[in-house]
Amino acid sequence: MTEILNYDLVVVGGGPAGMAAALAAKDNGVPEEKIIVLERDVRLGGILEQCIHTGFGLTYFGEELSGPEYADRFVKLMDETKIAVKLNTMVLNITKENQVIATNKEDGLITINAKAIILAMGCRERPRGALDIAGSRPAGVMSAGQAQKFVNIDGYMPGHEVVILGSGDIGLIMARRMTLEGAKVKVVCEVMPYSGGLQRNIVQCLEDFDIPLRLSCTVIKVHGRDRVEGVTIANVDDHMLPIPGTEEYIPCDTVLLSVGLIPENELSKQIDLDMDMITRGPKVDEMRMTSQPGVFACGNVLQVHDLVDFVTQESQIAGKGAAQYISGLRHEGVIKTRGQNGVRYTVPQSINLDEKEDVKIYFRVGNVYHDKRVVVTCGDKVLFNRKKIKLAPGEMENVIIKAADIAEMTADQEIVVSIEEA
Amino acid sequence: MTERKLICVACPRGCPITVYMDDSGEITKVEGNTCPRGDTYARAEVTHPERSLTSTVKVTGGKHYVVPCKSSTAIPKELLFDAMVEINKASIAAPVHIGDVIIKDILGTGADIVATNEID
Repeated sequence: MTEILNYDLVVVGGGPAGMAAALAAKDNGVPEEKIIVLERDVRLGGILEQCIHTGFGLTYFGEELSGPEYADRFVKLMDETKIAVKLNTMVLNITKENQVIATNKEDGLITINAKAIILAMGCRERPRGALDIAGSRPAGVMSAGQAQKFVNIDGYMPGHEVVILGSGDIGLIMARRMTLEGAKVKVVCEVMPYSGGLQRNIVQCLEDFDIPLRLSCTVIKVHGRDRVEGVTIANVDDHMLPIPGTEEYIPCDTVLLSVGLIPENELSKQIDLDMDMITRGPKVDEMRMTSQPGVFACGNVLQVHDLVDFVTQESQIAGKGAAQYISGLRHEGVIKTRGQNGVRYTVPQSINLDEKEDVKIYFRVGNVYHDKRVVVTCGDKVLFNRKKIKLAPGEMENVIIKAADIAEMTADQEIVVSIEEA
Repeated sequence: MTERKLICVACPRGCPITVYMDDSGEITKVEGNTCPRGDTYARAEVTHPERSLTSTVKVTGGKHYVVPCKSSTAIPKELLFDAMVEINKASIAAPVHIGDVIIKDILGTGADIVATNEID
């Protein structure tokens, strides 16, 4: 027997994105008792619960918080409302009619009729299987986030001698965390010629502890039968292929992978949303509505962010958009956005022509650039032209499109963001 | 005159900062920071480097085994490992609330180790 519930808004995911979206929907007029958040973990907060380091909240709250503290600000706000929360609840499917099918131990199977849905499932780490590393399959190889959960939530040290592949921020943060807990982090290998993490993390997580960072270097083999005994690393050429003769054996019992994050879009693909091949998230308009009317997406499920503060801001846009949709607002006609000349993607991928407010377009570049200009055009018109001292793939950028400019646009045009010579 | 180039760790922006010092080691100029926190960081970094410390502390009788914690202010960089020894000796009984002081004035630094999550 399936229980059928009726809500105006169903939010899938109770991390920073889901909480901010639910609260923003309430603030924009959706009755709070008509909003429900579905979370698969035992508590709200999402991945912030295991991100115990500080550096969160400087943009949004103007103070430096740890991950759990940042999450708690929103958990407390949620507690003050009548927004329903179901924990330990897994969403299985969403239908074309915006029905959400979920399950948990208490309720069994639940069907929720929704006027609007916000997808806020976050992202997951790229696994070993995606890396094609040769060698055996011993215990001790795990993603940096998995190790982070072991240490910070379960209070369990997963190893003593560590090699980290990939210089993403989680890998850098875990290099410091494992070192402080007594492990020896022997090296961080990065296949690219530049780090994927923030500069501050290179300084305070690696340099502070004399942990070497080897660029253009990768793990080519994992050794060991039951447990990792070591890895072979090698330098790579311009095509990221190992250079013969540069192999080096490093004994270790643990290999952490920090090689990128992938938006968790199984649900989005199930319901056939138009996906962006670069962001790996759904394509959205400026209110973060996807190709299925009434279905919105925000946070890391839409695009992987550097800072949770920007996740919060984006989710508030989605919450407001969902509220407007529930109240009956519909748009006609969009103008598309795209990147070129080194701009890998733009979010949102389209803007409604009747948008009355300024719109921020977020983008990432595909390489490290110095002293270039970010130029935004629409037809012959230059909308934005500003010099940037540095652009890097690890840092999300944004440009503001003025409402007055949007008012003059037509559907056959497109907004193009590009990198030009200074 | 000497100069030291730093990357500010005060926030995720990571400004490249240059600190200029005269021959006696006196700081004459700080350049490249975009906020006052950067200036403070740079001056401390060339004289007495400090870091804020985050870790976890054992919880007894709670829904989770450990609670995350942080130093209420930055502590001298060379004391990080000594502070970890103290933190790993400590434990706290549930329920734990954000801001609960777990270790007061750790190693005489003036910083407290405080809880940064709620544990029932």
